Amino acid sequence: MKYAAPTTIDEARTLLAGDAGAIVFAGATDVVPQMRAGRPEPSMVIDLKKIDRLMSVSLDGDTWQVGAAAPSSALTSNAAFAADFPGLTEAAGLIGSDQIQNRSSLGGNLCNASPAADSVPALVVNDAVAVIAAADGERRVPVADVVTGPGQTSLAHDEIVVCFELARPAGGTSDAYLRLIPRTEMDIAVVGAGVRLTLDDSGNVSAAAVALGAVAPTVVRVPAAEAALVGSSLDDTALAAAAAAASDACNPIDDKRGTINYRRQVAGVLTRRAAGIAADRIRTRNGQNGAS
Amino acid sequence: MSTTEAPPSTGTNGNGASGYRWVGTRPVRHDGLDKVAGKARYAADLNLPGMLYGHILRSPHPHARIVSIDTSAAEGMPGVKAVVTGADFPEAPPKGATRNLMCTVIARDTVLYSGHAVAAVAASTRREAKAAAEAIEVTYELLPHVLNISDAMADDAPVLHDNLFTRGVEPRPTEPSNIAARTVYERGDVEQGFAEADIVIEREFSTQAVHQGYIEPHACVVDCDQEGKAVIWASSQGHFMVRSSTATVLGWDTSRIKVIPAEIGGGFGGKTTIYIEPVAALLSTKSGRPVKIVMSREDVFRATGPAPGAIIKMKVGARDDGTITTAKAWLAYENGAFQGIAAMLGCMCVVSAYTLDHLYVEGFDVVLNRPVNVAYRAPSAPAAAFAMDSMVDEIAERVGIDPIDLRIQNCPSQGDPTPYGPKWPMIGLRECLEAIRDSDHYQSELPEGQGRGVASGFWFNIGEASSATVNLNENGTATVITGSPDIGGSRASMALMAAEELGLDVHLIQPVVGDTEVVGFTDVTEGSRATFATGMAVVEACRDLKEQLRKRAAKTWDCDVEEVEWVDGSAVHGPGEQEPLTLAAITGNAKRTGGPLGATASLNARGAGPAFSVQVADVSVDQETGRVTVERYTTAQDAGTAIHPSYVEGQMQGGVVQGIGWALNEEYIYSDDGNLENPGFLDYRIPVASDLPMIETCIVEVPNPSHPYGVRGVGEVGIVPPLPVMANAVADATGVRISDLPLSPPRVLEALTAAES
Repeated sequence: MKYAAPTTIDEARTLLAGDAGAIVFAGATDVVPQMRAGRPEPSMVIDLKKIDRLMSVSLDGDTWQVGAAAPSSALTSNAAFAADFPGLTEAAGLIGSDQIQNRSSLGGNLCNASPAADSVPALVVNDAVAVIAAADGERRVPVADVVTGPGQTSLAHDEIVVCFELARPAGGTSDAYLRLIPRTEMDIAVVGAGVRLTLDDSGNVSAAAVALGAVAPTVVRVPAAEAALVGSSLDDTALAAAAAAASDACNPIDDKRGTINYRRQVAGVLTRRAAGIAADRIRTRNGQNGAS
Repeated sequence: MSTTEAPPSTGTNGNGASGYRWVGTRPVRHDGLDKVAGKARYAADLNLPGMLYGHILRSPHPHARIVSIDTSAAEGMPGVKAVVTGADFPEAPPKGATRNLMCTVIARDTVLYSGHAVAAVAASTRREAKAAAEAIEVTYELLPHVLNISDAMADDAPVLHDNLFTRGVEPRPTEPSNIAARTVYERGDVEQGFAEADIVIEREFSTQAVHQGYIEPHACVVDCDQEGKAVIWASSQGHFMVRSSTATVLGWDTSRIKVIPAEIGGGFGGKTTIYIEPVAALLSTKSGRPVKIVMSREDVFRATGPAPGAIIKMKVGARDDGTITTAKAWLAYENGAFQGIAAMLGCMCVVSAYTLDHLYVEGFDVVLNRPVNVAYRAPSAPAAAFAMDSMVDEIAERVGIDPIDLRIQNCPSQGDPTPYGPKWPMIGLRECLEAIRDSDHYQSELPEGQGRGVASGFWFNIGEASSATVNLNENGTATVITGSPDIGGSRASMALMAAEELGLDVHLIQPVVGDTEVVGFTDVTEGSRATFATGMAVVEACRDLKEQLRKRAAKTWDCDVEEVEWVDGSAVHGPGEQEPLTLAAITGNAKRTGGPLGATASLNARGAGPAFSVQVADVSVDQETGRVTVERYTTAQDAGTAIHPSYVEGQMQGGVVQGIGWALNEEYIYSDDGNLENPGFLDYRIPVASDLPMIETCIVEVPNPSHPYGVRGVGEVGIVPPLPVMANAVADATGVRISDLPLSPPRVLEALTAAES
């Protein structure tokens, strides 16, 4: 098994294109444990953490560029980013322990293609776009379209996710991500729910996005739950309808981490709670703005 | 010298206020700095020149006949120096403990669980060993398997051993079965008891098998020389056990084997047996090179140490005044692939915290296609307490008596009969109950929305054989060598007892765990025995030394030894005509008064003091997700005397935490084809630090009269109450009583949803 640490995207792509058995890694927080658990060793591992653009987190006009290999801790310690995307920041902060946080990345979390990836529902509700380095230049793909099934992505062998583009949220907008794990840390989501809301001046929902993790082979966007929320004042009826829609949207499996019924039930609960948190964040911020 | 800042114990003692100078104080453990600095050497840390790596091939099937094993391809692979299979080991006897050990180390004609060792390779690198092991071709004839008690006890169950006939049944069965043994304890007349009772409650409980969860996987290095001597470096709870067990499996004389104990990274009972040492020894013999075997975490889960799951059916009768009079219990315990005594222990423990006029306890030990049981802190007692203390809680509710008061009303004391025969010696159950009743926690108001649960637990503790050698060095320091691997702070306790006896500063004492050739035979560190039994040997050796020291002083002073007293580490002349001689003065002059000073004691410790613990927890339950959060937890435990209170508290807290894990989330998840689906800490969920509040401790001290300092063992009983404590607290918080563990979020939510509809 060879190790390569290219410093440019072109170099990384050339290495990848030249070796059908090669894989790229960012934090390797999934790849190494998988190999220890018996995954066949690749012929080459290509370390993406030496490529500047994949490691940087920056605000370009009204768009955040988050390097695909940037560590989670670079997001959780970035106050400006966290203020724009508190839910996504929390989701990134849930990937592993403190030590893992210094290695784990949004790109790795996405391309590992686990149905339970914490950051993916939070990226999806924020309409994140993955910038992918491909043979004929860069292409831009909504994050929701990158993963096609457990362990499967739409990326060609020689393609690399470079970064994520996230438009700064409009006024009156915030997000939240909640997951259910039996413990408090060091665990994998049994259900994850990301919600982004926009409230109008009267406090009614003018836009909503809901995405669920760990309840289907890929992240599930829930238009019915979004429809239930939009136009409402987040009253109990609307929240209950959104929760029911989330439960209905699940297509889970019975496995060692949870049952079908449990995942359905909890998906609704977390959707309702995440919506409440997102709304509270907007109101708090509005309150602060009003005060200033 | 520094001492640790420890949270003050709120118990009746454990604060050094006992009149002792050293016993009851809290010096930093002698092995602490090395552990914190990463310098302590565990078995896997050792590397020898020319060393090979062993890899064990394990069965992918839960039950199969081995038709053939072809090692030829493996033997030709790069780096391979030796290959062994079951055929290379001595033939096992047809039945009994020896067969069970031999066939656990390596399967012979049949594999009995997924993960059962089948063959092994030694090669120059780990990768080569693994690749070669995977190239061994094993042909299996699959047999039907059973993974749980009900299936294994069924009339038409596939039978694991065709020569296993249930013991304890008259007449002796003519057909083999998976029921290895039946155990019965009875007193009075339960039918009469139920007829006379005002309240009779009948329930069925189940608990899941769990793993001890030690962080350090099993590891050893074995170096066999051409003359047939073997040196084994191993992590275990007893290196003399490693020596005798390895000798048994290999058919060797024990004198061929020397075992050097490595530092141990957790055992909790799981390292009271061996798995890999004989395999490494044969590979080393065949290759002529030292061989290291380190289990992976997956191997540890698939092939070592479950504590058994159990099914317990109970019927309990009580009077309206809260007197519990009658109990009938039916207990079935998993044994794993080979028979053990899990159910028998469960039978002995199930009602031990209560006085009863009438009892009938019947237990069944059941074999099934899982790895064989190994001890885990107070083996079998937690499941038994889960059943009984859940029912006692219901009785308390029904009669409207505080659950602690009800337990005090029904608790045994010295002279009462135990359920299994003898009378109770001096025990501290009542004192533990009172300590919890009077605790700040129990006296505090339960926060809104939370539930509170209490329970008690019992464990026997044992004595067994121990040896100690104490050498006084020429500079006035002492070396205390024992044969007890230190799995819970026992070195510090040995040093404290020696310090107390000799009147020497504890920091001038170096406690050492000696190998099998430097110290006398010592049984495994198990049954909470090290501080009790090995401590007794240390005290005995020190008392011998004090006699010697007095004689040396008498010789120096040319007086009668009767005129010399040993006071605070110095020889004092009774008549007062001589200046006292310090220990250092005597040892410094030892060559001129008769030579070096040392003493050895070997003994069979009698009179282990039974241990009790009483605990209380406050929990909150997320009614919509079923998640249980432990908000506050307090444990009281009778230590007899706390030699080193910090490490006593550590044992108490550790037991509680492991019990909470057992209660809330830990379980083995098997696929239908008999393979373990969660062989790692990601999906086998032991608690993490952030799951828990600080476990508050309350050391109770009711001295054990059989020990010179009153020590009872403290290592085990703490794990017994948490199972019923959590169940009782969840019942209090939700109004729903759950009798199947674990209380994982899906199970709790299912129960809450069912109760609603």
